[in-house]
Amino acid sequence: MATVAPTRPRAGRNAEIGLLLLALVVGVSAYAIVGLNLSGELPPDLWRHLALLAGMAVVLHLALRWRAPDADPVMLPLVIGLNGLGLAMIARIDVSLESRGLTAGFAGRQLTWTIIGVALAVATIVLLRDHRMLRRFTFSAMVAGLVLLCLPMVPVIGREINGARLWIGVGGMSFQPAELAKILLAVFFAGYFVTRRDALTLAGTKMLGLRFPRLSDLFPIVLIWAISVGVLVVERDLGTSLLFFGLFVSMLYVATEKVSWIVIGLLLVAVGVVFAYLTFPYVAARFDVWLHALDPEIFNRDPGGSGQLVRGLFGLAAGGLMGTGLGQGHPDLVPYANSDFIVASLGEELGLTGLLAILIMYLVVAQRGLRAAIGVRDGFGKLLAAGFAFVIAFQVFVVVGGVTRLIPLTGLTMPFMAAGGSSLVANWIIVAIMLRVSDAARRPAPSGAGSVVGNETAAIALADLDRHAARTSSPRSLFGWDHVTDAETSSSSAVAHEDDTFASAPTEHIGTRSDLAAIADDRLTQARGDTDLDDGAGMSRERLDGPGGSERGTSERVVGLSRDIPAASGPDRTPSDPEVTGVIDPDEERGTSR
Amino acid sequence: MNSPLRRLSVVVLAMFVLLMGNATWVQYGPPAGALNDDPRNVRTIYREFGRDRGPIVVAGDQVAYSEPVDDPFGFQRIYTDGPLYAPVTGHFSIVFQSTGVERYANDVLNGTDASLLLQRIQQLFTGGSQQGGSVELTIDPAAQQAAWDLLGDQRGAVVALDPRTGAILAMVSKPSYDPSVLAGHSTSAVNQAWQELLEDPDDPMVNRTIAGDLYPPGSTFKLVDLAMILESGEYTPDSEVPAPTEYTPPGTSTPIRNPGGAVCGNGTTATLTEALRVSCNTPFSSLAVQMGADALQEQAEAFGFNQDLEVPMRVTPSVFPSDLNDPQLAQSAIGQFDVRATPMQMAMVSAAIANDGVLMTPYLVATERGPNLDVTGTAEPTVFSRPISAATASMMTEMMVNVVDNGTGYPAQIAGVEVAGKTGTAQSGIEGVAPSAWFTAFAPADDPQVAVAVVVEEGGDLGNEATGSRVAAPIAAGVIQAVLGS
Repeated sequence: MATVAPTRPRAGRNAEIGLLLLALVVGVSAYAIVGLNLSGELPPDLWRHLALLAGMAVVLHLALRWRAPDADPVMLPLVIGLNGLGLAMIARIDVSLESRGLTAGFAGRQLTWTIIGVALAVATIVLLRDHRMLRRFTFSAMVAGLVLLCLPMVPVIGREINGARLWIGVGGMSFQPAELAKILLAVFFAGYFVTRRDALTLAGTKMLGLRFPRLSDLFPIVLIWAISVGVLVVERDLGTSLLFFGLFVSMLYVATEKVSWIVIGLLLVAVGVVFAYLTFPYVAARFDVWLHALDPEIFNRDPGGSGQLVRGLFGLAAGGLMGTGLGQGHPDLVPYANSDFIVASLGEELGLTGLLAILIMYLVVAQRGLRAAIGVRDGFGKLLAAGFAFVIAFQVFVVVGGVTRLIPLTGLTMPFMAAGGSSLVANWIIVAIMLRVSDAARRPAPSGAGSVVGNETAAIALADLDRHAARTSSPRSLFGWDHVTDAETSSSSAVAHEDDTFASAPTEHIGTRSDLAAIADDRLTQARGDTDLDDGAGMSRERLDGPGGSERGTSERVVGLSRDIPAASGPDRTPSDPEVTGVIDPDEERGTSR
Repeated sequence: MNSPLRRLSVVVLAMFVLLMGNATWVQYGPPAGALNDDPRNVRTIYREFGRDRGPIVVAGDQVAYSEPVDDPFGFQRIYTDGPLYAPVTGHFSIVFQSTGVERYANDVLNGTDASLLLQRIQQLFTGGSQQGGSVELTIDPAAQQAAWDLLGDQRGAVVALDPRTGAILAMVSKPSYDPSVLAGHSTSAVNQAWQELLEDPDDPMVNRTIAGDLYPPGSTFKLVDLAMILESGEYTPDSEVPAPTEYTPPGTSTPIRNPGGAVCGNGTTATLTEALRVSCNTPFSSLAVQMGADALQEQAEAFGFNQDLEVPMRVTPSVFPSDLNDPQLAQSAIGQFDVRATPMQMAMVSAAIANDGVLMTPYLVATERGPNLDVTGTAEPTVFSRPISAATASMMTEMMVNVVDNGTGYPAQIAGVEVAGKTGTAQSGIEGVAPSAWFTAFAPADDPQVAVAVVVEEGGDLGNEATGSRVAAPIAAGVIQAVLGS
């Protein structure tokens, strides 16, 4: 008897409950300690704060249970924890600002924006049932993204603050459209790269040992990217333009696996930085501040001096190993202590240990995102999750690097922690999309697959597989460029599988030959590794080996089952690469109507 | 796409490792110490002010102490008799660098001194708040008050030392300021007070006892001349020395005359004792020229001129210039030209003479105590130098007693006490600026307990009519009486 019976691995929702409790404890106790240390008693709205945070956690958890039951269990608690810590620190700084007679009230606003962000995240999880739906909006995302980037330049609603035009004001509230543009452009990049992947990877001229792509493939994307960067430069937001550049290069590298892209990217960065240094005096000033921060002349220069950076460094040094304790340091001495420099405030009051813990929280969020990218089977999902994960990691790197004087300051803020509604909302939506992708990545095989069949049935199925192997073992298939011939097979498979999570209908009708053919096709689908049809059609390789497990072992096993059929076919199959990477075959996709 | 994804995750990991390493370096590594010590670091000031700072004590009474207040700083520094003790305590300010004992004994006062380590460990265990230690000074409050009262509205300074140990008994500088105006917690108020003090034409923040522009010592410098002369062994107090009415040093045509153009001795020669009694200029100038600039400089430096001193505040070195030609030397010998002295220096001259030629190092801090009043440090008197022999000291003592009993120092006479002293009236050299009136003395002559130096700027109340004897000597007498009386 041929038996393949994988057990359904734990989705982790119950573990998530435990982690959410831990995150709530961290966030709420930080808030309580702030009140205790500053005024000697618990803050009066502690219970309301707890109720709100817990309520948000519960709603998100339920939404995940309902719509994305296999989503990553670690990401949400980490984000709630970071958000809670940020709220506590912003509240703490509010108290100090009030006692000095300056404008405060950031904590209330941050809480409001958190609620809005969580609501949008829940809406995303509920409404976006499959991340591949976003792929349809690739072009519109590009247009919308560029429009949003250009909005602050529009005279009526655009606002200029501190010399940078990043904001739009609508009815008294200001908003940073670049944050939303980040999401839209990531969707666009993912969609475009995955479609043009072959061309970007394989076509082009070899130069200096690296393969550089063709101009026609490159041109549109570089144009879009240059426009977005140019707009940002004009608006004087170099931090976000650096972020977009990082997003672009990283997604391009993941899509094409070509190191040449990284080389080009670094060259462009170097050229851009030198150009900016020579052209914009405020960029030169930033470099001055970075290199000579403690110089008295640069310290006293105002504006454009190192005062903020140096005061942040004083705060960090005052924190030392264990920190001064929440409420017992002086973070409010640093300008923008609750937004740009919230890392310095946290470093001062929580010490090096607290700062390292927070960095590790961000690292785990990014790594879980990358894990989701590795585990999900379609190229669009991989690129999307990888792009988002990298953008979070890169943003944290740029912010903390600037504050600790590793690199010059850029004006970016910490995701989830810094006071700023647009950034918070955008990052919550990013997390929701990453959770959605991780759900697809960690989803186990449908219960229909892997049922026990009789020997007779198995023999017939295997015979069918042999027939298919003979048909497709042509030189072209060896090189993996046989998606044309596979189209008919794939379309027949497509017919057999509807857009349904558990397309197990064929396996239930055991007995008729056509059903056996369907079973054989089932096996074939697994064998080829076409992930486009993985909604229950194919056995999840991940489930065989565990999440993100070795596809190699799986393909070998499948090869063994199918007897010499090449492990998978698809446009990315190069003879020497035994790995299954599961790329959407564009032709195939067109064949399957969705 | 999975292998580039894996590589990307390694890159992300590497970025974060770099971040964490750099954060560790900045927060915990060597740069952290430098950042914490940076004078622009306001947090250090908040930490200082958040402490229960120890008191500065004079004869059992606190002249500077910290009181808890209900504001972000936590403690308020209070000064009793601010202006009187300002030269000693200095100020302690959130905005400006502290001065005086507040600064130089800072580690003891804020409790971080190594001597208080044991107390800090105890406090850690008992959970008590960190308290600073107290600093007890050598000042005699009676002498301090007497000097203050006697200076009146005149600008000047008084220093009194115990010649046997070097302990500073009085340190008064006028005009003075109240350190309380700089100890406030409002940065703007403190800044304004500071500006007002800086703009005050009388320079109240200058501690004239040990710093400032210094004064030409005038005739009090003749003590140094005399020391050099007697130490050479060629002269005794009764030796007849050339004492013309006018002396023109070689290399110039400007003569040096005696004060008021008076005749010294018999008009040609005089004994050294006589020369000192009426403070003739010509004998000292001619002998200085004869014995050479190097010898005089050496003697001056033995007394402390051109030397560094910390009491614990830094004393501006008094100046005796080098490479003098004869006319300059002749002027320097009578305490003019570029010679400059602090009252501290001239008190040290008297103290050396008083103490059989052994000059003890002046000091202000008698005892340091921990927060629980355990003694953590006591001053140990040290020898600064031995500028003259005991024999010379004894001879000079006699001559100085003669100055007070029979000479220009008569206003310093005290009933029942033998006072040894020397007057000085130093020309400013500037048109329209009155001379500085000096007097330096010690008493009782046979068993000296106090050495004092008084300088009154620009003649004080008498202006151009001022002399050391009329203006400065009575103040010195009053201070001596206060010390001996208590």
